Amino acid sequence: MNAQERILARIREALTVPAPMPGSHGHGHDQGRVEVPAPVFAFQGRPVHVARAWLPPGGTTPEEQLTRFSAASAELKTDFRCVASEAEAHQQLRGIADSEGWKRVASHHSALTDAATTALGRPTLFTDGGYVPDDLEACEAGITTCDVLVAQTGSLVVNSRTSGGRALSVLPPHHVVLARRDQLVCDLTAAFQRLEELHGRNWPSMISLVTGPSRTGDIERILVLGAHGPKKLTVLMW
Amino acid sequence: MNVTLFIPCFVDTCFPQVGMHMVRILERLGHRVTCPEAIACCGQPAFNSGYWDEARQVAGKTLHHLRDAEAVVIASGSCGAMLKVFYPQLYAGRPEEAAAQRLSEHTWEFSDFLVSKLGVTDLGARFPAKVTFHDGCHGLRELGIKSGPRKLLEKVRDLELVEMSDAETCCGFGGTFAAKFPMISTAMGEVKCASAADTGAEYMVSNDSSCLMHLQGLLSRQGKPLKTLHLAQILDSQ
Amino acid sequence: MSNAAQQFLEAAGTITRNLRHRGLIQTALRKYEVARDRKKSAFNDWSSARQSAAETKWDAINHLDTYLTEFTSKIEARGTKVHWCPTGPEARDTIRGIIRDAKAKCVVKSKAMTAEEIHLNEALEKDGFEVVESDLGEYIVQLRKEPPYHIVFPAMHLTRDEISDLFERELGSAPTREPEELTMIARRALRRKYIQADVGITGANFAIAETGMVSITENEGNARLTAALPRVMITLLGIEKVLPKMEDLALFLPLLATAGAGQTVTGYNTLYGGPRQPGESDGPVEWHVVLLDNRRTELLADPEQRDALHCIRCGACLNVCPIFRNVGGHTYGTTYSGPVGSVITPHLRGLQDWKHLSNASSLCGACTEACPVKIDLHHHLLQNRRNAVGETPSWIERLAWRAHAFAVNTPALYQFGQEVARIVEPLRQRLQGTPLDPVKTWTSTRDLPPVAPESFKEWWRNRR
Repeated sequence: MNAQERILARIREALTVPAPMPGSHGHGHDQGRVEVPAPVFAFQGRPVHVARAWLPPGGTTPEEQLTRFSAASAELKTDFRCVASEAEAHQQLRGIADSEGWKRVASHHSALTDAATTALGRPTLFTDGGYVPDDLEACEAGITTCDVLVAQTGSLVVNSRTSGGRALSVLPPHHVVLARRDQLVCDLTAAFQRLEELHGRNWPSMISLVTGPSRTGDIERILVLGAHGPKKLTVLMW
Repeated sequence: MNVTLFIPCFVDTCFPQVGMHMVRILERLGHRVTCPEAIACCGQPAFNSGYWDEARQVAGKTLHHLRDAEAVVIASGSCGAMLKVFYPQLYAGRPEEAAAQRLSEHTWEFSDFLVSKLGVTDLGARFPAKVTFHDGCHGLRELGIKSGPRKLLEKVRDLELVEMSDAETCCGFGGTFAAKFPMISTAMGEVKCASAADTGAEYMVSNDSSCLMHLQGLLSRQGKPLKTLHLAQILDSQ
Repeated sequence: MSNAAQQFLEAAGTITRNLRHRGLIQTALRKYEVARDRKKSAFNDWSSARQSAAETKWDAINHLDTYLTEFTSKIEARGTKVHWCPTGPEARDTIRGIIRDAKAKCVVKSKAMTAEEIHLNEALEKDGFEVVESDLGEYIVQLRKEPPYHIVFPAMHLTRDEISDLFERELGSAPTREPEELTMIARRALRRKYIQADVGITGANFAIAETGMVSITENEGNARLTAALPRVMITLLGIEKVLPKMEDLALFLPLLATAGAGQTVTGYNTLYGGPRQPGESDGPVEWHVVLLDNRRTELLADPEQRDALHCIRCGACLNVCPIFRNVGGHTYGTTYSGPVGSVITPHLRGLQDWKHLSNASSLCGACTEACPVKIDLHHHLLQNRRNAVGETPSWIERLAWRAHAFAVNTPALYQFGQEVARIVEPLRQRLQGTPLDPVKTWTSTRDLPPVAPESFKEWWRNRR
């Protein structure tokens, strides 16, 4: 028997004695639902959407979702700007680049980023097809697209295939995300559904849910931004 | 109603007045009170120490004397939890299981009996002082008692109830824990007493004499002005 | 008494008298409580969300063989090598082998409690590799050559001044009181490491069976970098980390972040499904997933406590535990401290050596109430006590409890005991404070209530 077979044999042996279902202990006030719906387990038919109704809400209408995303961004210290047009997004981007004195930016090829980097008109490192890490580290900003944005949490999702790789969105000190209004969804459940639609037949090797700039509270539980990843996160949406 | 009052060993020996007040209150409400003299302990000390066989030697006698009681009222949340929650576990799969289950259903902690079973909150008491309430852990988390004692205190004339920040934090008594790990128990008690003293209350009140024995012991030793009182002592004041 | 128990008692005795430590931990955890309560209240129904999470983990753990097999076949199909390791030493040797084969010099690591569990860093350093912890808190405790203080907040026992002194000594930085400046010192020191490192090691929070992915939760971005730049990536995780479906994360990510840190979700929650795929521009060319048993199957074999494997390592039970808040993380002497550590360590490392942790609890139940996956923690402590006695009872204690049972069951004897206590009370009071005091474990810090002149039962008899 190899190690895998040995461990699996031990697991199967252990599981011959059933364990009680959760919720069968305790007598306190925080009992949750008394009646547990009988779930059908092991992949088939388990009601995965059941928990959705109990989570923090993401808003039902697009307007509500936008309001929630905006509020969550403010709390997370994400610089979220919802603008009227792509041209206005480019103008905002130029404004940020000027005020921060960007000399060199990094990005990847896509319709949104190509238009934006062209409008920006600064030397640009494109990560598609490989790059030297030191060169990427020397860039002041990483400009990417995203797959989906989540109203419930103020998050956005980047991946390793269509958002310029694993490092572009995390190595430069400023991460700028270009997004369309219709990429914003209500909650994480909807976000996973959208990801399935986008990549379900061929997943990228990395999918990252990004929620605010990099942060730490490791010193006296005091919030500091930019622990290892970006100190700033800007979302330009139109 | 025929009420069987179970006075645990430490209340009987060190805090008899708590039991006396309970008798007076219950009789004033028109109930017939009996106190079986043959039983002294619920068996929790041995149970919590892992000696379940020895715990059953004690619990068996208690179970026998209380098995047909109409309502068992117990003068401690902790001993109440033993009868209500742990007896059924102690006798799971044994001949006494049904009797333990019946006793569990007919047992009430004193304040819970007044509020939940009898629906009484105003006992006509008067107690001109500022008090804060300490939730004994077994009463709070095993029996789900939180609002009852506060409802009773709110109806006491001239009494001002103030909440401390750590009302639900354990005081550090924990039965044999207090003797086996006195340094941890003492530190926990000090945190609790400081939290109670911060409210400016004159009395720390609880429905569990075991917590109060530990807390009063600390307060007396440290010469602190804060005093402890059992809920029944206040509810029987005029 | 085991060595571990002796050490626990000594360490607890010292640290509970350290008022500075007490104040630091209480302050930090009160901040956590405020944030957690705010985020909990954002849930439509926290209590039902917990129940749902408990059911999902029950499903995962009680079909562990199915889900692990599914996870392995899915993740291997995309070019990942999965290593199954029954014990800590086997996992350690597997990882050492991978690093040797990669001809690596420098290894960068993001936070992994499983790596602490198998003492990976020590083994790798002994082999001559440079191992750098990249999580800020872990980096700080690594520089101090001590284990993490807390599974989520590794350096919460240190003040900014202590960290500044440490950085000044170890990194030659200028002293500062600004947490931001201290963070930037670490950021600068670690940046080069990500780029230089040949191998990146991470832990994982969840393994998704359906899609063959692992999910890593963090705030700093250090795990993202660890999994992006080095040529070889190794992920070490316990076999209990499985979740059936990707969508289960929609529940577990907010639950973990809320319970663990008082956040809606943490900064980065990243799914990895393979090494660099065709058409991707970066990422490791080799990815090894190391699945660790290390006696988790023994816990699995105990149906009464099997739910302890539901643990998602959020640290909520530590944060609310009044024992943890007074003795701190290092006193336990275990990888996993606090209530969940007290429950599982006896299963992972031996009941007789670690039963004292189950005794060192007031059984207040704050842990069970806080657990986002509803593990019956404080009742498991009771079961550990019972199991320890069942395995090797102490005959002295057993005799004492039998005597106690006999005394309380015999009214005449019980009354006689009260009489004796009343008579010896003046003598006892005189002995208080001397080594002869028979109840000095109580009276060293607390007064003892006197035996009442008339017991309740005497009053009751006289009254009728």
